[in-house]
Amino acid sequence: MKKDILKHELVPEHNILSESDKKRVFKDLDCNQNQLPKIKITDPVVNAIDAKEGDVLQIKRKSDTAGTFITYRLVES
Amino acid sequence: MRPVLKQISQITFGLMSPENIREMSVRKIETPDTYDEDGYPIERGLMDPHLGVIDPSLKCKTCGSKGGDCQGHFGSIELSRPVVHVGFGDTIYKILQSSCSKCARVLLTENEIEIYTTKINELMKNDESLTKIIKEIYKEAKGVDRCPHCDEEQEEIKIDKPVSIMEGGYKLTPSEIRERLEKIGDEDSLLLGVNPEVARPEWMVLTVLPVPPVTVRPSITLETGERSEDDLTHKLVDILRINQRLIENMEAGAPQLIVEDLWELLQYHVTTYFDNEASGVPPARHRSKRPLKTLTQRLKGKEGRFRNNLSGKRVNFSARTVISPDPNISINEVGVPETIAKEVTVPVHVNEWNIDEMKRYIENGADVHPGANYVIRLDERKIRVYDETKEAILEKLEPGYIVERHLKNGDIVLFNRQPSLHRMSMMAHEVRILPYKTFRLNLCVCPPYNADFDGDEMNMHVFQTDESRAEAKSLMRVQEHILSPRFGGPIIGAIHDHISGAYLLTRKGSTFTEEQAFQIIRKAKMAIPKRKNRDWTGKELFSLLLPDKLNMQYKAEICKKCDTCLGKECNYDAYVVIEDGEIVTGAIDEKAYGSFSGKILDKIMKKYGSDRARQFLDESTSLAISGIMKVGITTSTHDEDIPEEAKERIQSHLANAEEKVDQLVEAYENNELEALPGRSLEETLEMKIMQVLGEARDKSGEIAEYYFGMDNHSVIMATTGARASMLNLTQISACVGQQSVRGGRIDRGYIERTLPHFRKNELGAKARGFVHSSYKEGLNPIEFYFHAMGGREGLVDTAIRTAQSGYMQRRLVNALQDISVKDNGMVTDNKGLIIQTIFGEDGVDPAKSDYGKVAKLDKIIDEMRVK
Repeated sequence: MKKDILKHELVPEHNILSESDKKRVFKDLDCNQNQLPKIKITDPVVNAIDAKEGDVLQIKRKSDTAGTFITYRLVES
Repeated sequence: MRPVLKQISQITFGLMSPENIREMSVRKIETPDTYDEDGYPIERGLMDPHLGVIDPSLKCKTCGSKGGDCQGHFGSIELSRPVVHVGFGDTIYKILQSSCSKCARVLLTENEIEIYTTKINELMKNDESLTKIIKEIYKEAKGVDRCPHCDEEQEEIKIDKPVSIMEGGYKLTPSEIRERLEKIGDEDSLLLGVNPEVARPEWMVLTVLPVPPVTVRPSITLETGERSEDDLTHKLVDILRINQRLIENMEAGAPQLIVEDLWELLQYHVTTYFDNEASGVPPARHRSKRPLKTLTQRLKGKEGRFRNNLSGKRVNFSARTVISPDPNISINEVGVPETIAKEVTVPVHVNEWNIDEMKRYIENGADVHPGANYVIRLDERKIRVYDETKEAILEKLEPGYIVERHLKNGDIVLFNRQPSLHRMSMMAHEVRILPYKTFRLNLCVCPPYNADFDGDEMNMHVFQTDESRAEAKSLMRVQEHILSPRFGGPIIGAIHDHISGAYLLTRKGSTFTEEQAFQIIRKAKMAIPKRKNRDWTGKELFSLLLPDKLNMQYKAEICKKCDTCLGKECNYDAYVVIEDGEIVTGAIDEKAYGSFSGKILDKIMKKYGSDRARQFLDESTSLAISGIMKVGITTSTHDEDIPEEAKERIQSHLANAEEKVDQLVEAYENNELEALPGRSLEETLEMKIMQVLGEARDKSGEIAEYYFGMDNHSVIMATTGARASMLNLTQISACVGQQSVRGGRIDRGYIERTLPHFRKNELGAKARGFVHSSYKEGLNPIEFYFHAMGGREGLVDTAIRTAQSGYMQRRLVNALQDISVKDNGMVTDNKGLIIQTIFGEDGVDPAKSDYGKVAKLDKIIDEMRVK
């Protein structure tokens, strides 16, 4: 009876960024990897999409103020 | 400014060793006396000139500099017997508990010691907290009753707070304690929580006492010529005296008992020298019975060094006085009394263009208003301007001097009212020098400061540099804060009489002869318009102030919220339409330019900018005041009179409601009531009764309202939003309604009833705090009692709410103070960690938003249609 949490309405869309995407994002935001907010490797969503430590996740979530808002998380142990 | 000489790279905390203290000491203090008969400090006394000097005419015997320049030097007292330091009584106790009384090893097996040592070293390498593991070791070791190293049986150790330590009924002397601590090895001391690199356990037992320099404990000379010493000096005198006696007694070979008594006394004096509020120790007192203020008391608490002198300091160039209203000054201005203007000053750098002006100020001196108090010469010497020195200063004045001139009209100052809860609590105002002794402020800035004039005081700070002035002028001026970042609407706006005045002026049928109209215009100091050669309507008068191209429409505060809105044809003149800066229909009220809800003000601010908004607000409030003075407004209790017929209708209606309540109660008692989903029967009954009674109050209000017309000034004030509400009026004239405690009807007091006048468990309206009477009729004693209950709860709630929200705000501010928005809109903390990639996820400044939204599209489209 395991549910696919990615399909739950309260779970926003998570994507693992490729190396080239990472570079582009860091250039856009004018920041480096360590400045990003962190997400635990034990996080259920990280587990579900099979992300590794050091990956950067792109999260698209609904926002009251901005419609959709894109944010990033660094996977760490 | 002095350049950076040394930079701090590291701070280490540890204990001072006796050697440290002796090394630091410039003089051993031995005599308990301070001064001799001639008033000279005694050598080796507590006021020894080696410890530094205060009097500028004397020279320090250690460093040779004059009083004021010498920051002082420590001395020391050799204690004849060691004493325990109060601050470490508990730590010593714990160490003794977890170490062997014979061999001084930690009461752990070799194996455990090794495990814990590696753990601690690992944590220290990673700069992590040791608190947890030290506690664990203590817990582990204190229960051991036989030493694993020397097999010695351990006796139970007890502490008698704060400094006496007992071992199996025998009181350990400080010497014995020190001996034991000395025996503890460096490896073991780390396990006991003392880092051997910076401290040794035995240093917690004092053998030598540092004597702070005289600058730390200055003596005061009273007018009578008498010297009064500082509390710390008194305490040190006590210590020295007992110390001397102890030495004498020991040398004379006095009996053990006497020596021990004196030793105990020495311990007491050293204890109170450090902390005069230690539990279990009676505080040392002054001759006047006042407890002495010793070292701990100097640092601790709200009035201590940290909270009073380091976190918060008093500042110069500031003033505080009572505030009072002045509708004739701009919102940007603040009225400053001349007496204050002559006291706080602005530094002006003299140059060839302003030298003549500065000379005029100096000629006026310090006592005539636009004058100057001080002049700073090229060599940075500050000279006070006196009548006698004026001429000399004027002669020498040249570019490069700094003149500290009086505050004058047009200067920018910072104005503040506590509690400073949001940024609008501190705004920059332009100075306007006025007679009398209070600060004057425009009524429109009362809401952001949350000020009234029942005795409120406010603070003013004068900027001292051009940079700060420029920054304040562009960022902190009142007109820049008309829109609040809290909800994106105006927080500065018209209040009270401005609103009822504007309504009386602009309501339907309000006309003035041309002569009256021009009188109002002149009084409001507006630009004189062209003659019309006919009567003026109030709407035309108000339209004079609106920008020419302003187009908007909205529902006014007086809107009755009819089921179908008639729009422009509104019967109550509540639909405001402005076309090309002319009011076509609708009356001006709170929704137009009031604080918190002024739509016109909001639109002008967003479309035409802060300058135009300030001008509009200044002029429109002035016009409203002029208008209200022409029309007149007055109120009395007669405003709340309602005809006999209305009273009868209300009475019958209330009787009806009460009957309904009785029916509900009866249904409940006969078990005929059906419970609502998720509620018990009792809750259902309560809810239904509350609903019936709420409706009853509303309905009686409606009946009363029916008899109120817009010719009633109380009603005008309530409906336009100037002051009070319709609810207030109906409570006065019709029915006060249900009183509540804890969100429900009143159900406390006596056993199973509110008052002994009722039967037990009575659930009727009257028995549970429904007040049928109106304030005007008067409440009967029972109703009055219930009303007092509800009223008391209200008071207590507000008192508690302010305290709670204050603390919440404090924690929130502390948590968020270092968060900043970078140039590209990214929100980061002080380490550069990203909090939001774009501020608020949408990058919108709430103060510039349309009531929190980027834009309200349907509203914009509506407005385009009007055009």
